[in-house]
Amino acid sequence: MKQLTVISGKGGTGKTTLTAAIATLSRSHVLADCDVDAADLHLILEPAVEKCADFQGGKTALIDSDTCTQCDECIRRCRFDAIHHYTVDAIACEGCGVCARVCPQGAVTMQQHVSGQWFISRTRAGYMVHARLGIAEENSGKLVTLVRQQAKLIAERENKEIVIIDGPPGIGCPVIAAITGVDLLLAVAEPTLSGIHDLERVVGVAQHFNVPVMVCVNKYDINPLNTTTIEAFCAKNGLAVAGKIPYEKNVTRAMVHKKSIIEYPCGKATEEVTKLWEQVSQRLRNNKE
Amino acid sequence: MVPVLRNVLKAPCPLENENGCVTSAVEAGGTMIISIASGKGGTGKTTIATSLALAIGKVQFLDCDVEEPNAHIFLKPQIQERIAVGILVPRVDESRCTFCRKCAEVCEYNAIVVIKKKVLVFPDLCHGCGGCAYICPESAIAEIEKPIGVVERGRAGEIDFIHGVLNIGEPMAPPLIREVKKHIDYHDNCVIIDASPGTSCPVVEAVKGSDFCILVTEPTPFGLNDLGLAVAMLRKLAIPCGVVINCADIGDDEVMRYCDREGIPILMTIPWDRRIAAAYSTGIPLVEALPHYKSGFVDLYETLRKEVN
Repeated sequence: MKQLTVISGKGGTGKTTLTAAIATLSRSHVLADCDVDAADLHLILEPAVEKCADFQGGKTALIDSDTCTQCDECIRRCRFDAIHHYTVDAIACEGCGVCARVCPQGAVTMQQHVSGQWFISRTRAGYMVHARLGIAEENSGKLVTLVRQQAKLIAERENKEIVIIDGPPGIGCPVIAAITGVDLLLAVAEPTLSGIHDLERVVGVAQHFNVPVMVCVNKYDINPLNTTTIEAFCAKNGLAVAGKIPYEKNVTRAMVHKKSIIEYPCGKATEEVTKLWEQVSQRLRNNKE
Repeated sequence: MVPVLRNVLKAPCPLENENGCVTSAVEAGGTMIISIASGKGGTGKTTIATSLALAIGKVQFLDCDVEEPNAHIFLKPQIQERIAVGILVPRVDESRCTFCRKCAEVCEYNAIVVIKKKVLVFPDLCHGCGGCAYICPESAIAEIEKPIGVVERGRAGEIDFIHGVLNIGEPMAPPLIREVKKHIDYHDNCVIIDASPGTSCPVVEAVKGSDFCILVTEPTPFGLNDLGLAVAMLRKLAIPCGVVINCADIGDDEVMRYCDREGIPILMTIPWDRRIAAAYSTGIPLVEALPHYKSGFVDLYETLRKEVN
Protein backbone atom coordinates (compact mmCIF):
# COMPACT_ATOMS: atom_id res chain seq x y z
CA MET A 1 0.00 0.00 0.00
CA LYS A 2 1.33 3.41 -1.04
CA GLN A 3 0.55 6.92 0.18
CA LEU A 4 0.36 9.93 -2.12
CA THR A 5 -0.14 13.50 -0.84
CA VAL A 6 -1.26 16.37 -3.06
CA ILE A 7 0.23 19.65 -1.81
CA SER A 8 0.93 23.11 -3.17
CA GLY A 9 2.44 25.55 -0.70
CA LYS A 10 0.33 28.33 -2.16
CA GLY A 11 -3.41 27.97 -1.66
CA GLY A 12 -5.92 27.77 -4.49
CA THR A 13 -3.65 26.23 -7.11
CA GLY A 14 -6.01 23.29 -7.70
CA LYS A 15 -5.11 20.63 -5.12
CA THR A 16 -8.66 19.54 -4.44
CA THR A 17 -9.76 19.71 -8.09
CA LEU A 18 -6.81 17.49 -8.98
CA THR A 19 -7.40 15.13 -6.04
CA ALA A 20 -11.05 14.69 -7.05
CA ALA A 21 -9.97 13.94 -10.62
CA ILE A 22 -7.40 11.40 -9.48
CA ALA A 23 -10.01 9.83 -7.20
CA THR A 24 -12.25 9.18 -10.22
CA LEU A 25 -9.35 7.83 -12.30
CA SER A 26 -7.74 5.55 -9.72
CA ARG A 27 -9.26 2.10 -9.30
CA SER A 28 -7.95 1.04 -5.91
CA HIS A 29 -7.66 3.66 -3.21
CA VAL A 30 -8.92 5.28 -0.02
CA LEU A 31 -9.20 9.08 0.16
CA ALA A 32 -8.04 11.25 3.07
CA ASP A 33 -8.97 14.93 3.11
CA CYS A 34 -6.24 16.39 5.30
CA ASP A 35 -7.09 20.05 4.72
CA VAL A 36 -8.91 19.85 8.03
CA ASP A 37 -9.54 23.55 8.62
CA ALA A 38 -10.99 24.25 5.16
CA ALA A 39 -11.94 20.86 3.72
CA ASP A 40 -13.55 20.95 0.27
CA LEU A 41 -13.26 17.47 -1.25
CA HIS A 42 -16.65 16.51 0.20
CA LEU A 43 -18.28 19.21 -1.96
CA ILE A 44 -17.41 17.21 -5.08
CA LEU A 45 -17.67 13.66 -3.80
CA GLU A 46 -20.81 14.06 -1.65
CA PRO A 47 -19.92 11.50 1.00
CA ALA A 48 -22.47 9.38 2.86
CA VAL A 49 -21.14 9.38 6.42
CA GLU A 50 -20.86 5.90 7.93
CA LYS A 51 -19.00 6.81 11.07
CA CYS A 52 -18.60 10.10 12.89
CA ALA A 53 -16.43 10.61 15.95
CA ASP A 54 -15.30 13.50 18.13
CA PHE A 55 -11.73 14.67 17.95
CA GLN A 56 -10.32 15.26 21.42
CA GLY A 57 -7.77 17.84 20.43
CA GLY A 58 -6.30 19.43 23.46
CA LYS A 59 -6.98 20.85 26.84
CA THR A 60 -7.96 24.32 27.99
CA ALA A 61 -7.36 25.78 31.41
CA LEU A 62 -10.30 26.77 33.57
CA ILE A 63 -9.93 28.97 36.67
CA ASP A 64 -12.33 28.49 39.54
CA SER A 65 -13.02 32.05 40.62
CA ASP A 66 -14.16 30.96 44.10
CA THR A 67 -10.81 29.34 44.88
CA CYS A 68 -8.60 31.87 43.03
CA THR A 69 -6.88 34.38 45.33
CA GLN A 70 -5.66 36.54 42.41
CA CYS A 71 -2.00 35.96 43.27
CA ASP A 72 -1.06 36.43 39.58
CA GLU A 73 1.29 33.44 39.52
CA CYS A 74 -0.55 31.88 36.55
CA ILE A 75 -0.46 35.18 34.63
CA ARG A 76 3.29 35.49 35.20
CA ARG A 77 3.98 31.94 34.08
CA CYS A 78 1.72 31.77 31.02
CA ARG A 79 3.86 32.07 27.91
CA PHE A 80 0.84 32.51 25.65
CA ASP A 81 -0.69 35.56 27.29
CA ALA A 82 -3.88 33.59 27.69
CA ILE A 83 -4.99 34.76 31.14
CA HIS A 84 -6.57 38.17 31.60
CA HIS A 85 -8.44 39.32 34.69
CA TYR A 86 -8.20 35.77 36.10
CA THR A 87 -10.08 34.23 33.22
CA VAL A 88 -8.62 32.09 30.48
CA ASP A 89 -8.83 33.18 26.85
CA ALA A 90 -9.71 29.78 25.38
CA ILE A 91 -8.48 30.81 21.93
CA ALA A 92 -5.04 31.88 23.14
CA CYS A 93 -4.65 28.96 25.60
CA GLU A 94 -2.40 26.22 24.19
CA GLY A 95 -3.31 23.73 26.89
CA CYS A 96 0.22 23.39 28.30
CA GLY A 97 -1.07 23.13 31.87
CA VAL A 98 1.65 25.29 33.43
CA CYS A 99 -0.97 27.51 35.11
CA ALA A 100 -2.56 24.49 36.77
CA ARG A 101 0.85 23.36 38.04
CA VAL A 102 1.85 26.74 39.46
CA CYS A 103 -1.44 27.68 41.14
CA PRO A 104 -0.84 27.47 44.90
CA GLN A 105 -4.60 27.17 45.53
CA GLY A 106 -5.25 24.42 43.00
CA ALA A 107 -7.82 26.71 41.41
CA VAL A 108 -6.92 25.82 37.81
CA THR A 109 -8.08 22.63 36.16
CA MET A 110 -7.36 21.43 32.65
CA GLN A 111 -10.46 20.52 30.67
CA GLN A 112 -10.25 18.13 27.76
CA HIS A 113 -12.42 19.47 24.98
CA VAL A 114 -13.78 18.39 21.65
CA SER A 115 -11.92 20.30 18.93
CA GLY A 116 -13.59 18.81 15.91
CA GLN A 117 -15.13 15.78 14.29
CA TRP A 118 -13.80 13.17 11.91
CA PHE A 119 -15.74 10.96 9.54
CA ILE A 120 -15.48 7.75 7.60
CA SER A 121 -17.70 7.99 4.52
CA ARG A 122 -18.61 6.18 1.36
CA THR A 123 -18.41 8.15 -1.86
CA ARG A 124 -18.87 7.23 -5.51
CA ALA A 125 -15.05 7.25 -5.63
CA GLY A 126 -14.61 4.85 -2.73
CA TYR A 127 -13.99 5.31 0.97
CA MET A 128 -13.06 8.72 2.24
CA VAL A 129 -11.85 9.82 5.67
CA HIS A 130 -12.36 13.50 6.36
CA ALA A 131 -12.64 15.88 9.27
CA ARG A 132 -13.82 19.23 10.45
CA LEU A 133 -11.65 21.15 12.86
CA GLY A 134 -13.72 23.30 15.20
CA ILE A 135 -13.74 27.04 14.60
CA ALA A 136 -10.50 28.68 15.76
CA GLU A 137 -9.25 25.38 17.22
CA GLU A 138 -5.69 24.18 17.55
CA ASN A 139 -4.04 20.85 16.89
CA SER A 140 -4.73 20.61 13.19
CA GLY A 141 -1.56 18.51 12.84
CA LYS A 142 -2.89 15.97 15.32
CA LEU A 143 -6.19 15.74 13.43
CA VAL A 144 -4.35 15.31 10.11
CA THR A 145 -2.40 12.42 11.63
CA LEU A 146 -5.64 10.84 12.87
CA VAL A 147 -7.30 11.12 9.44
CA ARG A 148 -4.25 9.57 7.79
CA GLN A 149 -4.15 6.68 10.27
CA GLN A 150 -7.82 5.90 9.75
CA ALA A 151 -7.48 6.00 5.96
CA LYS A 152 -4.50 3.66 6.16
CA LEU A 153 -6.42 1.19 8.31
CA ILE A 154 -9.26 1.09 5.80
CA ALA A 155 -6.83 0.68 2.89
CA GLU A 156 -5.21 -2.29 4.64
CA ARG A 157 -8.54 -3.86 5.53
CA GLU A 158 -10.01 -3.39 2.05
CA ASN A 159 -6.77 -4.29 0.32
CA LYS A 160 -6.53 -0.99 -1.54
CA GLU A 161 -3.35 0.02 -3.30
CA ILE A 162 -3.13 3.75 -2.50
CA VAL A 163 -4.12 6.25 0.13
CA ILE A 164 -4.67 9.54 -1.72
CA ILE A 165 -4.24 12.49 0.64
CA ASP A 166 -5.52 15.98 -0.16
CA GLY A 167 -3.11 18.20 1.74
CA PRO A 168 -3.46 21.66 3.24
CA PRO A 169 -1.75 24.80 1.89
CA GLY A 170 1.30 26.31 3.56
CA ILE A 171 4.40 24.65 5.00
CA GLY A 172 3.54 24.52 8.71
CA CYS A 173 2.37 21.87 11.15
CA PRO A 174 -0.62 20.36 9.26
CA VAL A 175 1.45 20.17 6.06
CA ILE A 176 4.28 18.41 7.85
CA ALA A 177 1.74 16.00 9.39
CA ALA A 178 0.29 15.34 5.91
CA ILE A 179 3.60 14.57 4.19
CA THR A 180 5.87 12.77 6.65
CA GLY A 181 6.41 9.15 5.68
CA VAL A 182 4.39 9.20 2.45
CA ASP A 183 5.73 7.55 -0.71
CA LEU A 184 5.24 10.48 -3.07
CA LEU A 185 4.14 14.10 -3.11
CA LEU A 186 2.38 15.70 -6.02
CA ALA A 187 3.01 19.44 -5.77
CA VAL A 188 0.55 21.58 -7.72
CA ALA A 189 2.08 24.87 -8.82
CA GLU A 190 0.73 27.78 -10.80
CA PRO A 191 3.00 29.73 -13.15
CA THR A 192 3.02 32.98 -11.17
CA LEU A 193 5.89 34.52 -9.22
CA SER A 194 3.99 33.76 -6.00
CA GLY A 195 3.41 30.20 -7.19
CA ILE A 196 7.11 29.69 -7.96
CA HIS A 197 8.18 31.18 -4.62
CA ASP A 198 5.76 28.97 -2.70
CA LEU A 199 6.65 25.84 -4.68
CA GLU A 200 10.32 26.33 -3.84
CA ARG A 201 9.51 26.53 -0.14
CA VAL A 202 7.23 23.49 -0.08
CA VAL A 203 9.78 21.44 -2.07
CA GLY A 204 12.30 22.52 0.58
CA VAL A 205 10.03 21.06 3.26
CA ALA A 206 9.67 17.82 1.26
CA GLN A 207 13.45 17.55 0.93
CA HIS A 208 13.83 18.30 4.64
CA PHE A 209 11.64 15.28 5.40
CA ASN A 210 13.08 13.16 2.58
CA VAL A 211 9.89 12.71 0.62
CA PRO A 212 10.09 12.42 -3.19
CA VAL A 213 8.17 15.04 -5.21
CA MET A 214 6.56 15.20 -8.64
CA VAL A 215 5.30 18.56 -9.88
CA CYS A 216 2.14 19.47 -11.74
CA VAL A 217 1.90 22.92 -13.37
CA ASN A 218 -1.72 24.03 -13.35
CA LYS A 219 -2.99 26.70 -15.79
CA TYR A 220 0.48 26.54 -17.33
CA ASP A 221 -0.57 28.70 -20.30
CA ILE A 222 -1.42 31.72 -18.07
CA ASN A 223 2.29 32.54 -18.17
CA PRO A 224 4.42 30.19 -20.34
CA LEU A 225 7.63 31.96 -19.31
CA ASN A 226 7.01 31.23 -15.63
CA THR A 227 6.14 27.64 -16.58
CA THR A 228 9.60 27.38 -18.15
CA THR A 229 11.10 28.70 -14.91
CA ILE A 230 9.24 26.01 -12.94
CA GLU A 231 10.47 23.33 -15.34
CA ALA A 232 14.04 24.58 -14.96
CA PHE A 233 13.67 24.55 -11.17
CA CYS A 234 12.39 20.95 -11.35
CA ALA A 235 15.24 19.87 -13.64
CA LYS A 236 17.80 21.45 -11.33
CA ASN A 237 16.33 19.68 -8.30
CA GLY A 238 15.81 16.34 -10.00
CA LEU A 239 12.02 16.56 -9.80
CA ALA A 240 9.86 15.05 -12.53
CA VAL A 241 7.13 17.24 -14.02
CA ALA A 242 4.12 14.91 -14.01
CA GLY A 243 2.01 17.13 -16.23
CA LYS A 244 1.06 20.59 -17.42
CA ILE A 245 -2.63 21.41 -17.34
CA PRO A 246 -3.99 24.27 -19.47
CA TYR A 247 -6.39 26.91 -18.17
CA GLU A 248 -9.92 25.79 -18.95
CA LYS A 249 -12.98 27.81 -17.98
CA ASN A 250 -15.14 24.70 -17.64
CA VAL A 251 -13.15 23.51 -14.62
CA THR A 252 -15.20 25.89 -12.46
CA ARG A 253 -18.41 24.62 -14.08
CA ALA A 254 -17.43 21.07 -13.10
CA MET A 255 -17.04 22.22 -9.49
CA VAL A 256 -20.43 23.98 -9.54
CA HIS A 257 -21.98 20.72 -10.82
CA LYS A 258 -20.28 18.75 -8.03
CA LYS A 259 -18.33 16.69 -10.56
CA SER A 260 -14.67 15.94 -10.97
CA ILE A 261 -13.15 17.11 -14.24
CA ILE A 262 -13.09 13.48 -15.34
CA GLU A 263 -16.86 13.15 -14.79
CA TYR A 264 -17.52 16.59 -16.32
CA PRO A 265 -15.13 16.71 -19.28
CA CYS A 266 -13.11 19.89 -19.59
CA GLY A 267 -11.36 19.36 -22.91
CA LYS A 268 -7.58 19.55 -22.83
CA ALA A 269 -7.49 19.90 -19.04
CA THR A 270 -9.21 16.52 -18.64
CA GLU A 271 -6.87 14.92 -21.18
CA GLU A 272 -3.78 16.26 -19.46
CA VAL A 273 -4.92 15.17 -15.99
CA THR A 274 -5.56 11.67 -17.34
CA LYS A 275 -2.02 11.54 -18.71
CA LEU A 276 -0.67 12.96 -15.48
CA TRP A 277 -2.31 10.22 -13.46
CA GLU A 278 -0.64 7.57 -15.66
CA GLN A 279 2.74 9.13 -14.85
CA VAL A 280 2.06 9.42 -11.14
CA SER A 281 0.54 5.96 -10.68
CA GLN A 282 3.42 4.40 -12.60
CA ARG A 283 5.92 6.19 -10.37
CA LEU A 284 4.05 4.89 -7.31
CA ARG A 285 4.10 1.33 -8.65
CA ASN A 286 7.83 1.52 -9.44
CA ASN A 287 8.49 2.93 -6.01
CA LYS A 288 9.18 -0.42 -4.34
CA GLU A 289 8.25 -0.69 -0.69
CA MET B 1 24.73 44.58 4.61
CA VAL B 2 21.59 44.34 6.65
CA PRO B 3 22.17 44.22 10.39
CA VAL B 4 20.98 41.02 12.01
CA LEU B 5 19.60 41.49 15.49
CA ARG B 6 18.95 38.70 17.90
CA ASN B 7 15.60 38.61 19.53
CA VAL B 8 14.85 35.89 22.02
CA LEU B 9 11.17 35.36 22.37
CA LYS B 10 10.85 34.86 26.10
CA ALA B 11 7.14 35.34 26.43
CA PRO B 12 5.31 35.07 23.12
CA CYS B 13 2.25 37.25 23.49
CA PRO B 14 -0.11 39.04 21.17
CA LEU B 15 -0.56 42.76 21.00
CA GLU B 16 -1.73 44.08 24.25
CA ASN B 17 -2.43 47.36 25.97
CA GLU B 18 -1.38 48.23 29.50
CA ASN B 19 -4.29 46.22 30.94
CA GLY B 20 -3.00 43.16 29.19
CA CYS B 21 -5.89 43.08 26.75
CA VAL B 22 -5.71 42.64 23.03
CA THR B 23 -6.05 46.16 21.77
CA SER B 24 -8.79 47.42 19.58
CA ALA B 25 -6.63 49.69 17.55
CA VAL B 26 -9.08 52.50 16.93
CA GLU B 27 -9.30 53.01 20.70
CA ALA B 28 -5.52 53.26 20.73
CA GLY B 29 -5.27 56.65 19.08
CA GLY B 30 -6.94 56.62 15.69
CA THR B 31 -5.14 53.59 14.37
CA MET B 32 -7.19 51.24 12.25
CA ILE B 33 -6.18 47.63 11.63
CA ILE B 34 -7.68 45.97 8.56
CA SER B 35 -6.91 42.30 8.03
CA ILE B 36 -7.43 40.37 4.82
CA ALA B 37 -8.33 36.68 5.09
CA SER B 38 -10.24 34.17 2.99
CA GLY B 39 -10.68 30.60 4.18
CA LYS B 40 -9.94 29.24 0.72
CA GLY B 41 -6.49 29.87 -0.67
CA GLY B 42 -5.71 31.56 -3.95
CA THR B 43 -8.80 33.78 -4.01
CA GLY B 44 -6.82 37.02 -4.14
CA LYS B 45 -5.98 38.04 -0.55
CA THR B 46 -2.58 39.40 -1.51
CA THR B 47 -3.96 41.14 -4.60
CA ILE B 48 -6.54 42.98 -2.48
CA ALA B 49 -4.16 43.68 0.42
CA THR B 50 -1.37 45.11 -1.74
CA SER B 51 -3.69 47.17 -3.93
CA LEU B 52 -5.48 48.59 -0.88
CA ALA B 53 -2.12 49.55 0.63
CA LEU B 54 -0.93 51.20 -2.59
CA ALA B 55 -4.22 53.07 -2.99
CA ILE B 56 -4.11 54.47 0.56
CA GLY B 57 -0.41 55.28 0.38
CA LYS B 58 0.88 55.84 3.88
CA VAL B 59 0.22 52.57 5.71
CA GLN B 60 1.94 49.81 7.60
CA PHE B 61 1.75 46.54 5.71
CA LEU B 62 2.15 43.28 7.66
CA ASP B 63 2.39 40.05 5.69
CA CYS B 64 1.36 37.52 8.34
CA ASP B 65 1.29 34.56 5.94
CA VAL B 66 4.66 33.55 7.31
CA GLU B 67 4.50 30.07 5.76
CA GLU B 68 4.16 31.38 2.22
CA PRO B 69 4.67 35.15 2.26
CA ASN B 70 4.06 36.71 -1.16
CA ALA B 71 3.30 40.40 -0.66
CA HIS B 72 6.98 41.38 -1.07
CA ILE B 73 6.79 40.09 -4.64
CA PHE B 74 4.25 42.84 -5.40
CA LEU B 75 5.37 45.67 -3.10
CA LYS B 76 9.11 45.09 -3.68
CA PRO B 77 10.27 46.64 -0.39
CA GLN B 78 13.86 47.62 0.38
CA ILE B 79 14.54 45.48 3.44
CA GLN B 80 16.40 47.52 6.06
CA GLU B 81 16.20 45.33 9.11
CA ARG B 82 16.23 41.59 9.81
CA ILE B 83 15.33 40.18 13.20
CA ALA B 84 15.84 36.51 13.97
CA VAL B 85 13.01 34.98 15.97
CA GLY B 86 13.18 31.92 18.12
CA ILE B 87 11.21 30.06 20.73
CA LEU B 88 12.62 28.66 23.94
CA VAL B 89 13.10 24.91 24.06
CA PRO B 90 14.56 22.81 26.86
CA ARG B 91 18.17 21.69 27.15
CA VAL B 92 18.79 19.03 29.76
CA ASP B 93 21.98 18.86 31.79
CA GLU B 94 22.19 15.08 32.21
CA SER B 95 24.88 15.36 34.89
CA ARG B 96 22.25 16.90 37.18
CA CYS B 97 19.29 14.88 35.92
CA THR B 98 18.00 12.07 38.14
CA PHE B 99 15.67 10.77 35.40
CA CYS B 100 12.65 11.29 37.63
CA ARG B 101 10.45 11.80 34.53
CA LYS B 102 8.62 14.80 35.94
CA CYS B 103 9.47 16.83 32.81
CA ALA B 104 8.00 14.17 30.54
CA GLU B 105 4.86 13.98 32.68
CA VAL B 106 4.29 17.74 32.57
CA CYS B 107 4.82 18.08 28.81
CA GLU B 108 1.47 18.08 27.00
CA TYR B 109 3.13 17.86 23.58
CA ASN B 110 5.36 14.78 24.05
CA ALA B 111 8.34 17.00 23.32
CA ILE B 112 10.46 15.57 26.12
CA VAL B 113 10.77 11.85 26.82
CA VAL B 114 12.80 9.93 29.38
CA ILE B 115 13.98 6.46 28.38
CA LYS B 116 15.95 4.71 31.12
CA LYS B 117 19.00 6.96 31.65
CA LYS B 118 18.44 9.18 28.64
CA VAL B 119 16.33 12.31 28.10
CA LEU B 120 15.23 12.98 24.54
CA VAL B 121 14.01 16.44 23.50
CA PHE B 122 11.99 16.92 20.30
CA PRO B 123 12.25 20.66 19.61
CA ASP B 124 9.75 20.52 16.72
CA LEU B 125 7.01 19.36 19.09
CA CYS B 126 7.85 21.91 21.80
CA HIS B 127 5.51 24.89 22.24
CA GLY B 128 7.94 26.69 24.53
CA CYS B 129 5.62 26.72 27.55
CA GLY B 130 8.49 26.32 30.03
CA GLY B 131 6.65 23.68 32.06
CA CYS B 132 9.56 21.22 32.10
CA ALA B 133 12.10 23.78 33.31
CA TYR B 134 9.65 24.92 36.00
CA ILE B 135 8.90 21.43 37.28
CA CYS B 136 12.44 19.99 37.29
CA PRO B 137 13.38 19.46 40.96
CA GLU B 138 17.10 19.36 40.12
CA SER B 139 17.10 22.55 38.01
CA ALA B 140 18.66 20.43 35.29
CA ILE B 141 16.68 22.04 32.48
CA ALA B 142 17.74 25.30 30.90
CA GLU B 143 15.80 26.95 28.09
CA ILE B 144 17.69 27.72 24.93
CA GLU B 145 16.55 29.57 21.87
CA LYS B 146 15.60 27.61 18.82
CA PRO B 147 15.35 29.76 15.67
CA ILE B 148 12.01 29.47 13.88
CA GLY B 149 12.22 32.27 11.33
CA VAL B 150 12.95 35.88 10.64
CA VAL B 151 11.04 39.16 10.66
CA GLU B 152 12.06 41.58 7.91
CA ARG B 153 11.18 45.24 7.79
CA GLY B 154 11.70 47.80 5.08
CA ARG B 155 10.11 50.44 2.93
CA ALA B 156 8.16 50.30 -0.28
CA GLY B 157 7.56 53.95 -1.17
CA GLU B 158 5.39 55.34 1.59
CA ILE B 159 4.59 51.88 2.89
CA ASP B 160 6.24 50.60 6.06
CA PHE B 161 6.58 46.92 5.14
CA ILE B 162 6.98 44.06 7.65
CA HIS B 163 6.77 40.35 7.04
CA GLY B 164 7.76 37.09 8.69
CA VAL B 165 9.45 34.18 6.95
CA LEU B 166 9.10 30.82 8.69
CA ASN B 167 12.10 28.52 8.45
CA ILE B 168 11.70 25.49 6.17
CA GLY B 169 10.69 22.44 8.20
CA GLU B 170 9.50 24.53 11.14
CA PRO B 171 5.93 23.57 12.09
CA MET B 172 4.81 26.48 14.26
CA ALA B 173 3.81 29.75 12.62
CA PRO B 174 1.91 31.56 15.44
CA PRO B 175 4.94 32.66 17.53
CA LEU B 176 6.47 34.28 14.42
CA ILE B 177 3.16 35.97 13.54
CA ARG B 178 3.06 37.41 17.07
CA GLU B 179 6.53 38.87 16.49
CA VAL B 180 5.48 40.45 13.18
CA LYS B 181 2.51 42.08 14.90
CA LYS B 182 4.69 43.56 17.64
CA HIS B 183 5.86 46.05 14.98
CA ILE B 184 2.43 47.69 14.75
CA ASP B 185 2.66 51.42 15.36
CA TYR B 186 -0.39 52.59 17.28
CA HIS B 187 -0.08 56.30 16.60
CA ASP B 188 -2.71 57.48 14.13
CA ASN B 189 -1.90 54.78 11.69
CA CYS B 190 -3.52 52.47 9.18
CA VAL B 191 -2.37 48.87 9.31
CA ILE B 192 -3.07 46.24 6.67
CA ILE B 193 -2.56 42.60 7.60
CA ASP B 194 -2.38 39.88 4.97
CA ALA B 195 -3.31 36.52 6.56
CA SER B 196 -2.74 32.94 5.41
CA PRO B 197 -5.54 30.74 4.01
CA GLY B 198 -7.58 28.51 6.31
CA THR B 199 -9.29 29.19 9.63
CA SER B 200 -7.03 27.67 12.26
CA CYS B 201 -4.34 29.03 14.59
CA PRO B 202 -2.13 31.00 12.15
CA VAL B 203 -5.17 32.83 10.76
CA VAL B 204 -6.61 33.50 14.22
CA GLU B 205 -3.24 34.86 15.30
CA ALA B 206 -3.06 37.14 12.24
CA VAL B 207 -6.57 38.62 12.40
CA LYS B 208 -6.87 38.88 16.21
CA GLY B 209 -7.14 42.51 17.32
CA SER B 210 -8.24 43.76 13.88
CA ASP B 211 -10.95 46.39 13.65
CA PHE B 212 -12.27 44.91 10.43
CA CYS B 213 -11.56 41.88 8.31
CA ILE B 214 -11.98 41.77 4.53
CA LEU B 215 -12.77 38.25 3.36
CA VAL B 216 -11.77 37.61 -0.23
CA THR B 217 -13.66 34.82 -1.93
CA GLU B 218 -14.62 33.47 -5.33
CA PRO B 219 -18.19 32.55 -6.27
CA THR B 220 -17.70 28.78 -6.33
CA PRO B 221 -18.76 25.96 -4.00
CA PHE B 222 -15.22 25.81 -2.52
CA GLY B 223 -15.13 29.58 -2.10
CA LEU B 224 -18.54 29.60 -0.41
CA ASN B 225 -17.81 26.69 1.92
CA ASP B 226 -14.56 28.21 3.13
CA LEU B 227 -16.10 31.69 3.37
CA GLY B 228 -18.69 30.27 5.77
CA LEU B 229 -15.90 28.84 7.94
CA ALA B 230 -14.01 32.14 7.91
CA VAL B 231 -17.16 34.09 8.87
CA ALA B 232 -17.74 31.71 11.79
CA MET B 233 -14.16 32.24 12.94
CA LEU B 234 -14.52 36.04 12.81
CA ARG B 235 -17.81 35.93 14.69
CA LYS B 236 -16.14 33.91 17.41
CA LEU B 237 -13.44 36.59 17.59
CA ALA B 238 -16.05 39.37 17.40
CA ILE B 239 -14.38 41.02 14.41
CA PRO B 240 -16.73 42.70 11.88
CA CYS B 241 -16.25 41.62 8.27
CA GLY B 242 -17.18 42.29 4.68
CA VAL B 243 -16.62 40.38 1.48
CA VAL B 244 -14.74 41.03 -1.75
CA ILE B 245 -15.84 38.68 -4.53
CA ASN B 246 -12.99 38.05 -6.92
CA CYS B 247 -13.41 36.44 -10.34
CA ALA B 248 -17.04 37.42 -9.72
CA ASP B 249 -18.39 35.98 -12.97
CA ILE B 250 -16.86 32.50 -12.96
CA GLY B 251 -19.21 30.41 -10.85
CA ASP B 252 -22.72 30.83 -9.50
CA ASP B 253 -24.53 33.37 -7.31
CA GLU B 254 -24.56 31.35 -4.09
CA VAL B 255 -21.95 33.57 -2.41
CA MET B 256 -24.14 36.65 -3.10
CA ARG B 257 -27.14 34.87 -1.60
CA TYR B 258 -25.16 33.76 1.41
CA CYS B 259 -23.94 37.33 2.11
CA ASP B 260 -27.45 38.64 1.68
CA ARG B 261 -28.86 36.04 4.08
CA GLU B 262 -26.16 36.63 6.68
CA GLY B 263 -26.22 40.42 6.38
CA ILE B 264 -22.56 40.60 5.35
CA PRO B 265 -21.73 43.59 3.13
CA ILE B 266 -20.22 42.95 -0.29
CA LEU B 267 -17.51 45.58 -0.45
CA MET B 268 -16.29 45.04 -3.99
CA THR B 269 -16.60 42.67 -6.92
CA ILE B 270 -13.83 42.08 -9.43
CA PRO B 271 -14.54 40.18 -12.64
CA TRP B 272 -12.25 37.50 -14.04
CA ASP B 273 -9.88 39.29 -16.37
CA ARG B 274 -6.91 37.74 -18.15
CA ARG B 275 -5.04 41.05 -17.75
CA ILE B 276 -5.35 40.78 -13.96
CA ALA B 277 -4.20 37.15 -14.01
CA ALA B 278 -1.25 38.06 -16.26
CA ALA B 279 -0.21 41.01 -14.07
CA TYR B 280 -0.49 38.85 -10.95
CA SER B 281 1.69 36.18 -12.52
CA THR B 282 4.53 38.66 -13.01
CA GLY B 283 4.24 40.34 -9.61
CA ILE B 284 2.52 43.54 -10.78
CA PRO B 285 -0.11 44.87 -8.33
CA LEU B 286 -3.66 45.19 -9.63
CA VAL B 287 -3.80 48.99 -9.17
CA GLU B 288 -0.63 49.40 -11.21
CA ALA B 289 -1.72 47.12 -14.03
CA LEU B 290 -5.23 48.57 -14.18
CA PRO B 291 -5.07 52.04 -12.54
CA HIS B 292 -8.81 52.63 -12.87
CA TYR B 293 -9.24 50.20 -9.94
CA LYS B 294 -7.47 52.62 -7.63
CA SER B 295 -10.52 54.79 -6.88
CA GLY B 296 -12.44 51.66 -5.92
CA PHE B 297 -9.84 50.83 -3.29
CA VAL B 298 -9.79 54.41 -1.99
CA ASP B 299 -13.60 54.24 -1.65
CA LEU B 300 -13.27 50.88 0.09
CA TYR B 301 -10.89 52.43 2.60
CA GLU B 302 -13.24 55.36 3.26
CA THR B 303 -16.14 52.93 3.74
CA LEU B 304 -14.14 50.95 6.29
CA ARG B 305 -13.06 54.10 8.15
CA LYS B 306 -16.73 55.05 8.58
CA GLU B 307 -17.71 51.48 9.46
CA VAL B 308 -15.07 51.19 12.16
CA ASN B 309 -15.72 54.58 13.70
